[in-house]
This record gives sequence, structure tokens and C-alpha cells, in this order.
Amino acid sequence: MVSKALLSVEDLHVRFQTYAGVVRAVNGMTFGVRRGEIFGLVGESGCGKSVTGFSILRMVPHPGEIVRGRIEFDGENLLEKSRAAMRKIRGGRIAMIFQDPSASLNPVFSIGNQAKRVIRHHLDVDDTEAREAALRMFENVGLPDPVRVLETYPHELSGGMKQRVMTAMALSTGAELLIADEPTTALDVTIQAQILALFNRLREEMAISILLITHDLGVVAETCDRVAVAYAGSVVEMGRTEDVLYKLKHPYSQGLLAALPLPADRGQPLASIAGNVPDGIHLPSGCPFHPRCPYVMDVCSVERPPLVPVGGEGHAAACYLYGQEREA
Amino acid sequence: MSESPLLRIEGLTKHFPARRSFLTRRQSWVRALEDVSIDIYEQETLGVVGESGCGKTTLGRTIMRLVEPTRGKVLFEGTDIAALDGGELRRYRQNMQMVFQNPYSSFDPRFSVLNSVAEPLRTHTSLRGDALVDRCRELLEQVRMGGEILYRYPHEFSGGQLQRIAVARALALNPKFIVLDEPTSALDVSVQAQIINLLEELQEELRLTYLFITHDLTVVQHISHRVAVMYLGQVVELGDTETIFYEARHPYTEALLSAAPSLDPKFRRERIVLEGSVPDPIDPPPGCSFHPRCPAASDRCAKSEPVLVDVGEGHWVACHRCQG
Repeated sequence: MVSKALLSVEDLHVRFQTYAGVVRAVNGMTFGVRRGEIFGLVGESGCGKSVTGFSILRMVPHPGEIVRGRIEFDGENLLEKSRAAMRKIRGGRIAMIFQDPSASLNPVFSIGNQAKRVIRHHLDVDDTEAREAALRMFENVGLPDPVRVLETYPHELSGGMKQRVMTAMALSTGAELLIADEPTTALDVTIQAQILALFNRLREEMAISILLITHDLGVVAETCDRVAVAYAGSVVEMGRTEDVLYKLKHPYSQGLLAALPLPADRGQPLASIAGNVPDGIHLPSGCPFHPRCPYVMDVCSVERPPLVPVGGEGHAAACYLYGQEREA
Repeated sequence: MSESPLLRIEGLTKHFPARRSFLTRRQSWVRALEDVSIDIYEQETLGVVGESGCGKTTLGRTIMRLVEPTRGKVLFEGTDIAALDGGELRRYRQNMQMVFQNPYSSFDPRFSVLNSVAEPLRTHTSLRGDALVDRCRELLEQVRMGGEILYRYPHEFSGGQLQRIAVARALALNPKFIVLDEPTSALDVSVQAQIINLLEELQEELRLTYLFITHDLTVVQHISHRVAVMYLGQVVELGDTETIFYEARHPYTEALLSAAPSLDPKFRRERIVLEGSVPDPIDPPPGCSFHPRCPAASDRCAKSEPVLVDVGEGHWVACHRCQG
């Protein structure tokens, strides 16, 4: 594994102007994805993880806007690219797949038609070559009988097969980064296991990087090299998966893990985090977690804590409990 | 656990009509439930797990008679609910309640909390006026919510809060038995933990019996006393939670458990990745319905259907490997 960052997101802010007020969905999101790694971005609903994924491809849905920040891909700032240049990158060097594969496929065109169109948009090939390329990718993602799959329509395939088709289409143009937004959430566990095994194999064989956006810590534990935990639009803890999951430092990550029912604590009540996730309109001041935090201090409501190192190998947490000068 | 079950399900079967061929006029059927028999004992939580389309939700709904069974009996304290109708059915329904997966769609948006929680009381009891309001306040306190929310509306609450109110409504008639159909699946983990704790506390306080339907294996392991594993409308394995999770005998249970991602490396299993996906329930495979995907399948599995047999200490398995 090479450790140079392929993608880096720095201090990203995204907001949505709505009738109810300004929703600050992403507030200073910062993380980096290295070449050839699977990087997990985890958090509960409303933590800004999906909006971050959309921002990387500059596809934030209306009325959202990227207020400031920097998104660097292979040394270039994507936020400064022209729309034409972004069209080349989107689906070309960076591809994205979503939670519901049925919603990403057009029901009135055959799978082959849609796959060929993606390939011909990005690569200078004729119809036959596009077909060959699609077949090769279908085979590569383990679709049984790829020739027949080309002829089918989306409703004839199962959810797991559709997600394989989406992955194949996403990678058929030689993408270097795959953004997978909850790719297995709509699938059953046995099918999820197939898709996660596929991601691991593709990472090894094709050396692609995957940004895996998920709410499932179990999925992270089994697939990701490194992980960032997001809360209310920013990263609260980041590092190697084994450090973040087993040597957690931030009170929110600790609470999140304690809330999961593990075999070891059967028969005991689960630890739960008091209160609810804040909405993006009424974000708490300072550290967004302070109203729910069991270790809250005076400084927490005044100023937002920066990410500071809390262990080896880039393990960092945004919390005043860990070595920094109190400023307030 | 008492000797005679609170609820005995015998040979419960539900076939839904599916496409009918225009030319041949042949009717085909979705076999959602196929000959399911389970006993549920007082004050226990029976977890039902399985993947989408395995019939777990249909099982819950058929027990409640929200859908009519095609065949079979549901005996509640010895009385067959499947044969009751009219006033008798209504009387039995007071003993059985249900909580659904999506709290947002289980409330009428134009009903205040008071109206929603009071509805079962108005239907089944003579409580009216202040006594009714007091009872509702008491029910909300039981689910750790304050009485001040009585006059608020569903959109003002988060999913977790609404699910608490749904539980309060289910408790209104002092039921003995509650079907919980994926009650935490729409919730975030930190909120899920609150609801699970609440359900466990209420079971203790009110001596409730639960049928807990879920696809989430970690949740089922935490909350259940016994677990039934379903595949294509049938129960393939049934036993104590410990037995199912650590001494599973059915190849489907083994694969299902191994597929679940685990956080704790100590409990991580060697993964059995199943080929293909669940067959069409309109046209299930002959013999054992799992045999086309089963890593241990033999000739016999394609020909004859295994029956659920007791392999010891209340552990039931439907697999030819476990039978003589």
C-alpha cells in the first residue's frame, strides 16, 4: 500500500437553504483517502456523510451549496474545475454507487445498453469494443452468465446482482476512486457478504481506492483499512480501523460502540447515548456533541475542538479531553 | 418458563395469490408461510430471523390475523384464534398487540399523541374523559415520556420518540403478548439501544411475552431467549439463543451467522459465502428448499423434504444431515 493521499477533503462546508432555515449539513469535514485503501466514513443519519460523497463529485442536490473547503484529487482541487472537466472526472476517474441500485438503473433500457453508454461516454471506443469491455467487467465482478445479463432489464435481476452491475459499470471506465454510499444497506447479510468480498478483491486486483460511506460499524471492522467517524457534519475521530474501533478516544465513538449489542454483553442493558442527534439548523455551539457528552467541560460549549493526535499512525480525535491548550 | 405455551402455532400456512396466466387461467401462489409450528412460552422473547422474503413478517401478521391464514391454527391459551370472528376475535385481540418497523407510518399525522394512544382504550374499554387522559399519561410515563407531549403531533418527534409512543399504545390494553416487527431497524444505533433497553425493562415489569422479528442478528442475540431461523417460509432451526449462535446445526443458519459482519474479533467466524440468492417463493425448489445453495447438499436433499426434528434439549433442526 502506498501512503500518498489520492483524495483529500479539507475543511469542507456545505449548507442547504431551506424554508425552515439554513441547514449546515457539512461543517469542516476533513479526511484523506490513500491509494489502494478502503477508507470508511461512518456516522448516524444526518451526520453529513452522504453529502460529503456528493460534494466530491460536485453533485450536491439543490438547494445545497459548497460554501468553502478544498477537495483535492490526485493533486488538483476539484472545486476549481470547470463543469466540462468535472463531467470527464465524474464516472471516469471517480465513480460512485448508491444504496438502492434499482434507483440508479433506468428501467426501460437493457443493462447492456446502459453499460455501453457509460463506457462510450468516457472512452473512445466503438459499440463492439464497449460491449467487450462491459463483458470483461461483468465477469470480473462475478456476475454469472455475463452475456445473458447484458440482454436483461433491471427488474429481472436481484438486488445483489444489480449492485454488482453498478459496481462493474462504475469501474469499467478505469476509475481510480470508487465512492460507495451505503452499498450494502439494502441487501441481505448473505448478499452483503458477497459484495464486501468483491470490494476486497477489486482493491487487491485493480488497486483502486474505495471511500465506503456507511452507518454499520461491523462492515467497517471487516473491510476498511482506515476510518473516520463523523458527527453533525465533521470528523470527530480518525485513524486505522483497529485503533479507532478498539482504542477509541472520542466520547461519541465510545458511546456509539457501547450502544451496539455485542455477544459479550448479553443479559446486560445496553449503554445508550442520551438525547438525539442534533439537526443541521440548530447546531450546538462549540463541540456539536457537548449537550450529549458525559465528560462535558466549560470549554466545550465555547469553541469547537480541533483534531489532535491521540495515538500512533495518524489516530486523531477532536476532543478537549486530549492534550491541547485550553483556549477559552 | 411454564409448561404449557401461551401461544401455540400449528401448521400455519399462508399462500398469497400471484400472477395468473391469461391463456391457461392457471393461478400461481406465493408460498409465504409453509407449515410453521412454534410454541411461545409465557414471558419469553422468541426471536425470528431470516432474510427478506423468508416470511417472518407474514408470520407476525398471520398470528395477529391481520392476514387470514390459508391453513393452520394459532392457539392462544388453548383457544384457536384462527377460527374466531366478530366479537370473540375482538376480545382476544386485547391480549395481543403489535409494534411496526416504521414509526412514521404507524401514526395518523392528524391525530395528537393523546388521540393515538387513547384509540385502543376508546374501542375496547369504557374509559372516557379525565380517566382516559390519566391512563394515557400513565402509559407514556411507562415508556419514559412525559405527559406534556399528550397534545403534540407525530411530526414533532424523532423516530426513537415515536417508537416509544407506539410501544405505549401497544401497552394500552394490558396485553400479554406483543409482536415486534423490526421495531429498531429504522433507528440509529444510539437510539436503537434505548428502545431495546426499554423493551427489556417492560418485559420484566409487565411480564410480557414477545415475538421479536428482525433481520439484525446482533439485536436478536441480545434480546431473545429462543431464536427461530426462517428460510423461504419455513422454520429451518429453532432453539435457545446460545444453542443457535454457538451450536447451530443447519447449514443455512451457519452461513447466515458467518455472513454477519462482527465487530469483536473474538466472535468472528470463518465466512461461508453462499452462492446465488434466495429462490422465488412462487416456485420453490423441490426437496429441501435450501439445497441449491447448500454447501453440504446431497442427492437426497433434492428429492425429499426434511422435517423439523428435535435433536435434543429443545433444539429443532430441519436438515437431512441431522436425521437418521
